[in-house]
Amino acid sequence: MTDGSVLSVILKIIESLALVVGLLIYVAYVLLADRKIWAAVQLRRGPNVVGPFGLLQSFADLLKFVFKEPIIPASANKGVFLLAPLVTGALAISAWAVIPIDQDWVISNLNVGILYIFAVSSLGVYGVIMAGWASNSKYPFLAALRSAAQMVSYEVSIGFVLVTVLLCAGSLNLTDIVNAQNTAYGVFGWYWLPLFPMFIIFFISALAETNRPPFDLVEAESELVAGFMVEYSSSAYMLFMLGEYVAIVSMCAMTAVLFLGGWLSPIPFAPFTWVPGIIWFVLKASAVFFMFAMVKAFVPRYRYDQLMRLGWKVFLPISLVCVVVVAGVLQVTGWGGLPH
Amino acid sequence: MRLDQAARSLFLTEFLGAFALSMRYFFKPKRTLNYPHEKNPQSPRYRGEHALRRYPNGEERCIACKLCEAICPAQAITIEAGPRRNDGTRRTTRYDIDMVKCIYCGLCQEACPVDAIVEGPNAEFSVETREELLYDKQKLLDNGDRWEREIARNIAMDAPYR
Repeated sequence: MTDGSVLSVILKIIESLALVVGLLIYVAYVLLADRKIWAAVQLRRGPNVVGPFGLLQSFADLLKFVFKEPIIPASANKGVFLLAPLVTGALAISAWAVIPIDQDWVISNLNVGILYIFAVSSLGVYGVIMAGWASNSKYPFLAALRSAAQMVSYEVSIGFVLVTVLLCAGSLNLTDIVNAQNTAYGVFGWYWLPLFPMFIIFFISALAETNRPPFDLVEAESELVAGFMVEYSSSAYMLFMLGEYVAIVSMCAMTAVLFLGGWLSPIPFAPFTWVPGIIWFVLKASAVFFMFAMVKAFVPRYRYDQLMRLGWKVFLPISLVCVVVVAGVLQVTGWGGLPH
Repeated sequence: MRLDQAARSLFLTEFLGAFALSMRYFFKPKRTLNYPHEKNPQSPRYRGEHALRRYPNGEERCIACKLCEAICPAQAITIEAGPRRNDGTRRTTRYDIDMVKCIYCGLCQEACPVDAIVEGPNAEFSVETREELLYDKQKLLDNGDRWEREIARNIAMDAPYR
């Protein structure tokens, strides 16, 4: 969009729409997969009535939410109450502007793409805080307080993890980060192997960042009913769910980009490199999401003090030390950066 | 000891074990019953919807002894008795069961000396209004006619244990 002509603006809009539509359809099936995986571990079948194998379940849910009556509590701050789900949904989707799906398949090839994503995902907490405060009710308020502290704690360690990746790739541009992983070693050249502890820390922090179990204290059913979503119904509730799952999918995509070589083929020679990059990308993001769903199935919810201990006393020191070690190794050996 | 524990938590061994276990469960056959299409096996002693039975010649079994009414802990049964018009035998003129009060304890069928009131195998008799759950004699006799085969088989299967 450098020339700013009308045509390029229209083209960008069409690109964005295509991305959003594709993303939302993917999210619909991610939601179904989440329920199916969770059910399978518990020896249940999961949703299987709407459409073949329940494939239309998410769309039926969408219709159900849209046709329900929206209820706004009398004591709620109406403006903020209605703004909160929009903030959550819009911010979650806007993160996708800089995520490269394939070589040059990106809405905005931003040079500080990783910072942009970091900023947008940090802003996501505002949706939760606004919802919790505007509901003017006990449980949502507690959820908002928890959410704020939880997000701040885990963003610190995510930040340090990102720094190690940036040091290795020598760029803040997500496309460049993927290209820096394009080596002759294929799957073993991606950053998950050299930065293995960082990969694990990023995954766990991503769970906490997106309020997924075992860190779903924000909407802990057994204590806070549904946390900040208690007072929401109808489309507003759906927007929260949508925003949450879009955020989860974008965290999966971030894991794929930063550690699993984005759209690169795991086996770097002929028949596999012919497969379009988007297929590898979606496969990788889905594999990460499978782990997200499995963690939900087998890890019990953390207590709040355990959550804080893990964030501040385990992840922060480990990632801090790793940043120093990675920087030192890169300085001494001269590795890293884009392949020349 | 503490070093050992720290190492285990650092390498996430418990989570890896849990992951392996849940993957084993992931591929196990599912326990879910596809309900309206699949049903669990049912015991011959199953206590479902009530029915009043008849003898094979079409004669009502019930002799209006009111033992079921007396034993019913929920007082769901109401019986009125009187001589029948053509032969003067003692019969019920009214036999109502309030299915809303009924607790499906099975004491009425235990008390019945002629196996007239029984709880059949049917459990799918949900209705949309409360009034439809106030069963009268005709409804109970119709149930008996409809379920007689299953009821007779269940009674025969359970007979050796009585």
